[in-house]
Amino acid sequence: MKLTIERSTLLKALGHVQSVVERRNTIPILSNVKLEARDAGLALSATDLDLAIVETVTADVQVDGAITAPAHTLYDIIRKLPDGAQVELSQTPGDVQMTLRSGRSRFALPCLPVEDFPNLGAGEATHTFTLAASELQTLIDRTKFAISTEETRYYLNGIYLHAATSSGVPVLRAVATDGHRLARVEVPLPEGAAEMPGVIVPRKAVTELRKLIDEGALDVTIALSETKVRFSFGHGGTLTSKLIDGTFPDYERVIPQDNDKILEVDKKLFSDAVDRVSAISTEKSRAIKVAMDQGTVTLSASSPEAGSAVEELECSYAAAALEIGFNSRYLLDIMAQVEGDAARFAMADAASPTVIREVADASAVYVLMPMRV
Amino acid sequence: MGTGAQPQTVLSQTVLPQAGGVQAALCRECLTAWQGGDTGEETGGETRCPACGSRRVLAHPELRSLAIAHVDCDSFYASIEKRDNPALKEKPLLIGGTGPRSVVSTACYLARKYGCRSAMPMYKARELCPQAVILPPDHGKYRRVSAEIHHIFEQYTDLIQPVALDEAYLDLAHRDDIPEVLANIALRVEQEVGISVSIGLSYCKFLAKMASDLNKPRGFSIVGRSEAVAFLAPQPVRAIHGVGPALERKLIEQGFPTVADLQAASPLDLKARFGSMGRHLWHLAHGEDDRPVNTDREAKSISAETTYDVDQSDPEALLATLQALAERVETRLKRADLSASVVQIKLKTPDFRLLTRQARLPDPTQRARQLMRHAEPLLRREATGRAFRLVGLGVDGLGPSQAADPPDLFSL
Repeated sequence: MKLTIERSTLLKALGHVQSVVERRNTIPILSNVKLEARDAGLALSATDLDLAIVETVTADVQVDGAITAPAHTLYDIIRKLPDGAQVELSQTPGDVQMTLRSGRSRFALPCLPVEDFPNLGAGEATHTFTLAASELQTLIDRTKFAISTEETRYYLNGIYLHAATSSGVPVLRAVATDGHRLARVEVPLPEGAAEMPGVIVPRKAVTELRKLIDEGALDVTIALSETKVRFSFGHGGTLTSKLIDGTFPDYERVIPQDNDKILEVDKKLFSDAVDRVSAISTEKSRAIKVAMDQGTVTLSASSPEAGSAVEELECSYAAAALEIGFNSRYLLDIMAQVEGDAARFAMADAASPTVIREVADASAVYVLMPMRV
Repeated sequence: MGTGAQPQTVLSQTVLPQAGGVQAALCRECLTAWQGGDTGEETGGETRCPACGSRRVLAHPELRSLAIAHVDCDSFYASIEKRDNPALKEKPLLIGGTGPRSVVSTACYLARKYGCRSAMPMYKARELCPQAVILPPDHGKYRRVSAEIHHIFEQYTDLIQPVALDEAYLDLAHRDDIPEVLANIALRVEQEVGISVSIGLSYCKFLAKMASDLNKPRGFSIVGRSEAVAFLAPQPVRAIHGVGPALERKLIEQGFPTVADLQAASPLDLKARFGSMGRHLWHLAHGEDDRPVNTDREAKSISAETTYDVDQSDPEALLATLQALAERVETRLKRADLSASVVQIKLKTPDFRLLTRQARLPDPTQRARQLMRHAEPLLRREATGRAFRLVGLGVDGLGPSQAADPPDLFSL
């Protein structure tokens, strides 16, 4: 294998694949990135056995070939090379080292044979559909914060992606929850997705996927097999991930339909006030009290050590006075995803789930469990 | 009550060898104070109180400039049982269970003459002293007695740090009659509670604790600033606060069997070898310990454990034990009105290797069920058919109970 490639091109591609590689690996080859030079292109792959990313970039390939090299070391070297540098990678078949040359620098990196690199096949696709990258981005951004990190509830450790009907319109829905808050976001159902089974895409895949979207792709093709999902981008990148093998809970049942105490607030004013008042709430509980009465909402927090805070805001609220406690961080996470100017809270009482959404748009719905305050 | 202790041989007071000179002295019996009590060198150990003639005399150049005391009850559990049953007075007494794996909680001083020690396996103690009387511990009673003793402390200072039921640190810096207070505490505990204590007086907690151990029972030992380094030098490293068996082994391997070896080393060398503990060791070896007497009584962790009579390897049986322990921890969390955010399991192998595994809880909890949700996977990972002699469950990251168990959308 012998090729020459622009430093910035290699850096960007390596940046994507190397983040899949775990820092500590018991299986040596998983620390490596696979480099395949062929037809004026270089394909870089990395995997942790649950997730694989392949990215193809243009390179001046003089001799075809393939090898695997330590991902983090390679990334570190490329990162430190000067901007605009040309990088030459070469390896003679059978040699246990790859040579990297750039300017007056020369590195010899230990290699492992490409035959040992695990191939995370996508499996046979049963459903394939294409989605605008911006829509996939919406689905991810507005739900990702609610993904549970609790290992014992592994089936909540991802985004549940499935076809549904919303007010008679077919939609593609993303749902994430950790039991304290839930996010449900939908976009128009793409062609070919109607029959798709509900799948849970793991957190790590979601995080890596989000980075690939940032590269300005227009469309993403999603292929589902029995146990895996593959996202293919126009610019030659693919991400393949195992799906979480579990049953996502019946989330519809926990989204209240009949909450009749309606509060509407200016999103920015409300978020800023919550942020200020939460400076007082304790590190552990993050509790903030929200009291509503005829046109006024009062936010307050107090802690034995930090003192107390109160802030009053105008709002639209006509129901009976209500006092309800929330985790201020959860509240801010949700407010950060509400797009328009006004947010709408639908509440029942201080102990039941509250539904939050944008006043003008019902495509994203958030449910927040109150706290005892 | 205390009368039984009176005819006992008066024990010599530990007064460390001093360069001569005038020193403050105090009689522990009649609390007469005077100047010029000597160390006993010239009079062959016969320093007597000029007022009552007692030989229980405290004499030390720094007697009036030391303020941190460690008060340690002498064979606490055994002394209480002997107090309550005079027939046991002259008999060797062991407090502890009698199962095959029980250990001695406390051995009275008579039993210690046969080599019995606390934390020794009970079967071994019985081999050493077959005639010993064995009583199961009565923790409720010991707690009540401990409270009575604390009540006495409280009449002299608010700065009390209980370490266990039978020991506490006292900070007396605000008083100008410190030796009198301590001598008085010792007398009052004997008279009012009916057991004896040993007292260590120094300028820091670490040396006060070492001092209280120097001359048990009914001891009162003093370690002053000027003698701290010399006093520490010949001690084995395990005498230092925080040096357990593992660190002791490491220290000996690297050529530091005694505190003198640590004193001779540079702080940088110790830091390089033992990390932040190294610096700590250097300071302690030089008698520098600035930990305050901490009156904060809040528990830092709560735990419960069970030792099996026969090693247990069945994962389901281990799990059942863990469940019972989780329930005990739940009861104690609720009683203390606390929540926990970390759960830890502890396993001891038949060759006494200790394994601990912990998990951070997604939300603070008070419930055994939540503790088990996270403890069970930890146990299952270790309980793969191998045997354990002990299993324990503890919680950490304690906080207020209001934060515990936030309601869940899918209410588990």
